[in-house]
Amino acid sequence: MLLKRWIPLFILIFVGVLTLTSWFVPHDPIGNLQDDFAQFFDIIASFAIILGAANLIKLQGTKIARRKRNWQYSIVTIAGFLVTAYIGLNWHAYIGGLTDGQSYLAGTHVNRSNSQFFWIYWNIFTPLSATMYALLAFYVASASYRAFRARNLEATILLVAGIIVMMGRVPLGQAFTGWLPEAGFWSAFRIEKVADWIYTYPNAAGQRAIMIGIALGVVSTSLRLILGIEKSFLGEE
Amino acid sequence: MIRGIPRLLSASALLVPLCLLVVPSVLAAPAPPGAVIASDVPDDRGHAILVEWEASPDDDGNGAVTQYIIHRAAAGGEFERVSTGSPLNGSDAMGSYTDVSDDIVNGEPYRYRVVTVGPEGESAPTDSGEVMATAQWFNKGRWRMFLAVLFLSAAIIYWIKRAQSKEIYLRPVAGLKAFDEAVGRSTEMGQPVLFVPGIMDMDQIETLAGVNILGYVANMTSRYETKLEVPVSRSLVMAHAREVVKESYLSQGRPDLYHDDMIHYLTDDQFAYAAAVDGIMLRQKPAACFYQGKFYAESLILAETGNSIGAIQIAGTASPAQLPFFITACDYTLIGEEFFAASAYLSDDKRLIGSIRGQDVGKLIFMICLAIGILYVTLAAAGVPMPEQLDISRFFDVSGS
Repeated sequence: MLLKRWIPLFILIFVGVLTLTSWFVPHDPIGNLQDDFAQFFDIIASFAIILGAANLIKLQGTKIARRKRNWQYSIVTIAGFLVTAYIGLNWHAYIGGLTDGQSYLAGTHVNRSNSQFFWIYWNIFTPLSATMYALLAFYVASASYRAFRARNLEATILLVAGIIVMMGRVPLGQAFTGWLPEAGFWSAFRIEKVADWIYTYPNAAGQRAIMIGIALGVVSTSLRLILGIEKSFLGEE
Repeated sequence: MIRGIPRLLSASALLVPLCLLVVPSVLAAPAPPGAVIASDVPDDRGHAILVEWEASPDDDGNGAVTQYIIHRAAAGGEFERVSTGSPLNGSDAMGSYTDVSDDIVNGEPYRYRVVTVGPEGESAPTDSGEVMATAQWFNKGRWRMFLAVLFLSAAIIYWIKRAQSKEIYLRPVAGLKAFDEAVGRSTEMGQPVLFVPGIMDMDQIETLAGVNILGYVANMTSRYETKLEVPVSRSLVMAHAREVVKESYLSQGRPDLYHDDMIHYLTDDQFAYAAAVDGIMLRQKPAACFYQGKFYAESLILAETGNSIGAIQIAGTASPAQLPFFITACDYTLIGEEFFAASAYLSDDKRLIGSIRGQDVGKLIFMICLAIGILYVTLAAAGVPMPEQLDISRFFDVSGS
């Protein structure tokens, strides 16, 4: 009970109150606590990576050992992990040796363009990440298709607003209303101006309403945690 | 050839005095800066001094000034170089540098010296008067925020107390009502429930809120004996989520159904994580997918993949940029405050429900302020003379924070 409940709760309340206080009290030793706690967190999180790596190896290793479905992919995962970890930890791993004026220093090899780690990063990791990111274009198209179907009034408004904003951003769209005067009352109906208006007013108003709600939710959640009445993070209802 | 030499010499004799007139203005070091003012930085921990200087008369953008050098000296000590500043190039603004250093001792006097540097050397120095850095116990620039936090906290605490003696009505939130439906559907289909607690670490309040919700989902999956799959992208989230889920299974009397591998680590990388979760979805075909936490660009990749396998999807996030994606691709989305209220809402704990009412009171105050602000701005724009006291935007000017 003490270890599982009261100590975590005490740490949470203690750190929560001090962090909040340090936002308003700049004087030493309170003023710096916010940064200090953030550094404590970074240190703990860095050590915790060992837990994650161990869990990854254990799960994938079990898959291979038990010949579970698609176990072959687990070999790729473990091999990728081990090779990257080895090259990352070995600061002598350079392609064609060091160039003039460079010396072997732990850590610097990660950013040097002739290191093996850099090669893996740019030639394997970056293209794979870019591939996943590129998928977004297709997912945006399929999601937009569903969102923009004029099924009801709200979806129809969304469709019309979406078309106006898109057309207002491209020369072809702007050409449709290009015959309207650039100044005076009718200029407000030029498509680029309507697009700007939608973007600046209804869109900003909606975004800000959500932001205010989020800010209040953050305050409320933080307060529930600091006061110790929200204990679901300890597994309690 | 020889006859030409005297003529050359006489020409040189004319040129030399001319050069003596012209060269000093081109080759001499630039003029020193104008006045140098050093002042204590307000509302800080007392280790910062603001140094401002007027531009050198030569600093007009013609390249005669390349930089300014700022020196600091403790009382009775030697000047030491602390930083450099860019040329002002004829601007009316003053040059400035905030000297933040733990070497600056609270309450001790310091002097600053600024020197202009040009291609031909350094100018004579201009010194400031003595200045002392002092620490403050309260950041006056944040008094509005302090008042707002105080007021909101008072409202929330009041309603937490009030809720214990009075029934509080909460409007139904479709997304929260659907939690039971989603887990029930998974149970009926014999398919797992997938829970994604975002891609950020435990220092983000969205992750904390997401893991709180995970506790309730785990309660349901343990009751219905449904498989729960929680892939995570941070080791600390894994450790924390395991504790939460284990406690939930224990509280429901089903510790036998819990095992650590339900919550497993994949990778810290955003898109590698998205690819791995997509793989889990396509292989295991979960009937219900929960996305509750902080998300970035991977939100749509996950939600569209979930949509393609026909899973019932409930998302919740406080990332405004990701909300449109979730609303489009998921069946239900908890928007901002609904997401933070979810764990309180699902708990049926009167104190937690009271805190939501307190939050609503805060929202009401904001709405009143907004209405006054809109009215003020609209009437002022229409030329109606308005009393300055009603200009509520002054209160929300937090530029000093």
